[in-house]
Amino acid sequence: MEGFMYPNEVELQWGILIVLYPFLTGLVAGAFILASLERVFRVEEVKPTYRLSLLTALAFLIVAPLPLQLHLGHPERSLEMYLTPHRSSAMAMFGFVYLWYLMAVLVVEIWLDYRRDIVRLAESSRGVKGLLYRALTLGSYNISPAALRIDDRVGWIITLIGIPSAFLLHGYVGFIFGSVKANPWWSTPLMPVVFLFSAMVSGIALVLLMYMVTSAMRRVAVDMRCLDTIAKYLFYTFVIDFALEMLDLIHRIYESDESFRSLDFMVHTRLFYSQILIQIFLGTLAPLALLSLTQMITFPAAARRRIYAIASVLTLVGIFAMRWNVVIGGQLFSKSFLGYTTYKVGFVTREGLLPAVALMILPFAILYVLIKILPPWQEESPFVAEAHGDD
Amino acid sequence: MILNRRQILLLLPAAAVAWDSVLADNPEGSPNYKMSEHWWGMLIDITKCIGCGSCVRACEMENDVPEGYFRTWVERYHVSDWHIENPEVDSPNGGMDGFPPGKAEGGKNFFVPKMCNHCVDSPCSQVCPVGATFHTPDGVVLVDYDYCLGCRYCIQACPYGCRFFHPKKHTADKCTLCYHRITKGLTTACCEACPTGARQLADLKNPNDPIHAFLKTHSVQVLKPHLATGSKLFYNSLDGSVR
Repeated sequence: MEGFMYPNEVELQWGILIVLYPFLTGLVAGAFILASLERVFRVEEVKPTYRLSLLTALAFLIVAPLPLQLHLGHPERSLEMYLTPHRSSAMAMFGFVYLWYLMAVLVVEIWLDYRRDIVRLAESSRGVKGLLYRALTLGSYNISPAALRIDDRVGWIITLIGIPSAFLLHGYVGFIFGSVKANPWWSTPLMPVVFLFSAMVSGIALVLLMYMVTSAMRRVAVDMRCLDTIAKYLFYTFVIDFALEMLDLIHRIYESDESFRSLDFMVHTRLFYSQILIQIFLGTLAPLALLSLTQMITFPAAARRRIYAIASVLTLVGIFAMRWNVVIGGQLFSKSFLGYTTYKVGFVTREGLLPAVALMILPFAILYVLIKILPPWQEESPFVAEAHGDD
Repeated sequence: MILNRRQILLLLPAAAVAWDSVLADNPEGSPNYKMSEHWWGMLIDITKCIGCGSCVRACEMENDVPEGYFRTWVERYHVSDWHIENPEVDSPNGGMDGFPPGKAEGGKNFFVPKMCNHCVDSPCSQVCPVGATFHTPDGVVLVDYDYCLGCRYCIQACPYGCRFFHPKKHTADKCTLCYHRITKGLTTACCEACPTGARQLADLKNPNDPIHAFLKTHSVQVLKPHLATGSKLFYNSLDGSVR
C-alpha cells in the first residue's frame, strides 16, 4: 500500500477470475460476429470457419459464467438473479442477456445448421453414439429439401437477431464497468463500445488461430483466401478498437479531471508492464504493424500464415491484458485519489491462478468434445456435396 | 421514575413484543415505532472531533465488526497552506486506537469521521443484482445477509469506501446506522460513545430535532457532492481538501 486508502479499500474485491469473465464473453461475441459475416453478409471467403466459429462461441459461452460462480460469496444463491432480479442492476440483467444469447441464438443456430448431419448420423450410428444423435434430432427427422430450406431461412433470421444479441452481450459487460460512477477508471460511456470492439478483435483472432491449428492437426491445407479475409477483418476492427482506446486516453489526458493525476501515476507505475508494454506495445501496436504489413506487401503464403499466427497470439495477449488493466487497474487506486494498493494473485486458492488457468483450458476441452460430436469440417462431411446440391 | 414490581410485570409483555419485532426485522411491528414517521441521517461536526476513536471502538463492539474492516473510521487530515488538493491523510487501524502525534509545522490538522452515507440515491443499492441492499422506509440503507450473493458489485459502486466483504458471512457488510438501536428509541453506538458530541443522529422528519436549527445556521456539506448520491451524512465545517 502506498499513500492513503480508505481502510476498507486495501483488499481487492475482483481478482483474476473477474478478469477472465469479460475475456471469455468477448471471445464468444467476437467468434459469433465472425460467423455471422458468412451467414448474413454472405462473405463466402470465411465459410470454412463458419461452423468452427459457432462451436468456439458455444464452448466459451458455456464456461463464461463459471468464473463468476466461483467468485461469489454465496454461489448457491446465484439463481436468485433469475428468480428475483433487481431491475436497476446491470449485473442482474446480464443473466437474461446471457440466457437469451445461449438458448435463443447460439444453440438454436447450431442445431439448425447441423440438423441434416445430426439426422444422418442418428440413422447411421449405433449404441451410445446413436442414442446421442437420436436425442439431438429432438424427434425431427424430416430433412427433405423443403424442410432444409425452412431451416436455412430460420437460421438466417436467427443470425440476424444474433448479431445485435452478440453486441448486447458484450456491450453489456462493458456497461457493468462503464456505469460505475464511483470509479473514474471505469466510468466512461466509451466502455461498452471499447469492450465490444475489443471483443470482436479477440474473437476473430481466436478463430483465425483455431482454424490454423485445427487444420495443422488434421494435416489439411489452410484456405488462404479465408485466412487473408479474416486477417483483413481483424486488422480493420483492431484499428477501430485502437482508435477508440486512444480517444479515451487522449480525452482523459486533455481533460485532466480530479482523478487524472492519480490514474496517470498508476499507469506509469503499477500498470506500466501490463498496460504500456503488454497491452499497448506488444498486444496492440505489434500485431497492428504485422497485419498492416500484410495489407501493403504481398508475402508468400507460408510467411503470411506465420505472420497471422503471431499477430493473433499477440492480439489475444493484448486483449487479455486490456481486461486485466480495466478490472485490476480499477481497484489499485483509492477512490480518495490519494493512494494505491497492490494485487497479489494466489495460486491454489478459490480465486487463484490455478482455477483461472483451468477455466481457460476448459473451453478448449469442451470445443474438442463438440468437434467430435458435431464435426465442423465441410470437406469431411459426407453430406456436404449433397447439401450444396440442394442449395 | 421509580417503577414498582406490579408496573414492571405489566411492562414486561410489551417489552417482549417490542423485542421480538425488532429481532424479526420488523420494527414497524414494535410499539411506538412507525417507520413512516422518521427519516434518518447524521450530523458530523468536524470542529468537535478530537480523533479519540471511541466511535470506531463502540461500533466494533456493538456490531461485532471483524478485525481489519470498518463500518466507521476516522481520518486525520493535514493540509499545508494552500495545498488543498494534496492533503496528507492517515487512518491507522481506522483511527480505532487514536492517532500518533501529528505534524506540528504550519498548515492545519483535523479529523474526519466516516461511515455509510445512507444515500437517498445510493449507487450500492442501484447495482445490487438481487436487491439484497435496500432502503428502509425510514431512510436507512441495509443489507439482507440472507439474500446477498456476495458478488461485491456494491463495494465497487460505493464512492466512499464504506462497504467491505465480510470474511465470515461471505456477504457485503456496512454500517446499519445501528438500526436495531434507533428503532427502539436509542441513538447509534458511535453517537453514544462520542465524548464531544461530534456525531449526532438526526431524524430529518422530526420537526423538533435540533438538526433543523443547526442546518439553518451553519455551513454544512456532504462528501463528494458532484456524485449526487443524496448523502444524508451532513458535515459541519467540511474542508475542501476532504475526499
